[in-house]
Amino acid sequence: MLIPCPWCGDREDAEFKYGGAADVAYPKDPGSVDDQAWAGYLFFRPNPKGRFPERWYHAAGCRRWFNLVRDTATHEIVT
Amino acid sequence: MIAEKLKRSPLRGHASQFAAASDALGDRLAIRELAFLSQVDLRADPGDVAVMERLRAGLGLALPQIPNTTSSGGDRSALWLGPDEWLVTGPEDQQELIEGALRSALSDAPGAVTDVSANRTVVELRGPLARDVLATGCPVDLHPRVFGPGRCAQTLLGKAQVIVQLAEPTPAFWVYVRSSFAGYVADWVLDAVAGEMAVKPDR
Repeated sequence: MLIPCPWCGDREDAEFKYGGAADVAYPKDPGSVDDQAWAGYLFFRPNPKGRFPERWYHAAGCRRWFNLVRDTATHEIVT
Repeated sequence: MIAEKLKRSPLRGHASQFAAASDALGDRLAIRELAFLSQVDLRADPGDVAVMERLRAGLGLALPQIPNTTSSGGDRSALWLGPDEWLVTGPEDQQELIEGALRSALSDAPGAVTDVSANRTVVELRGPLARDVLATGCPVDLHPRVFGPGRCAQTLLGKAQVIVQLAEPTPAFWVYVRSSFAGYVADWVLDAVAGEMAVKPDR
């Protein structure tokens, strides 16, 4: 499987580390977040069947993080 | 100096095996370690035109801005490692010279200059067989139409993280490998060429 690194281009998946869901925002005012909302931020992630924005890290290459959208059912990389 | 007495290349124990393999492979492939290359890691802002110009003047070469490419001037080279990171190389015992040149060029601009000469050693594979040997364990396309002169890549060889650089005159490759992985990569290379040799190396 080839993963498109925005810097290095298409590279084999063995060069990458997976970083989970993308766009998980840090709470704006973490001191005022209740336990349930904090647990949601820390531990709860979407797990869709279909298109999923993800974080990837080009560990063996340029060592940069980037986002892409992958279809979790077909592994098709959309962006 | 004590530091010089303690200077040992990571692959000094593989020299005889490299020589034996190179003898057996004749003009198809020569393998050797290029030890003690001066290597300095540079972080700087590629968008800062003034800094890039000062670095170009101080180093005698322009830093490559295109990912996975190299530039060279005199006996120095610069390898693109990231959008704001380069590896500047030179002959043995020039790391302090290079580090000083980079530091004065960087001046007070944001960035970092680090001597990483002891971090990696280089295995050179030179000859028409070099590309085929590396291709058996490297996921990057090394075909000349993709990986031509002036190209480098950070990738995997076997299971070790390496920097592969196309060296002149082609076909020759420099494989930069971390000191602690050097023995593994050297054994991997010797194993990869074993099938090409009439007599397998005594291991």
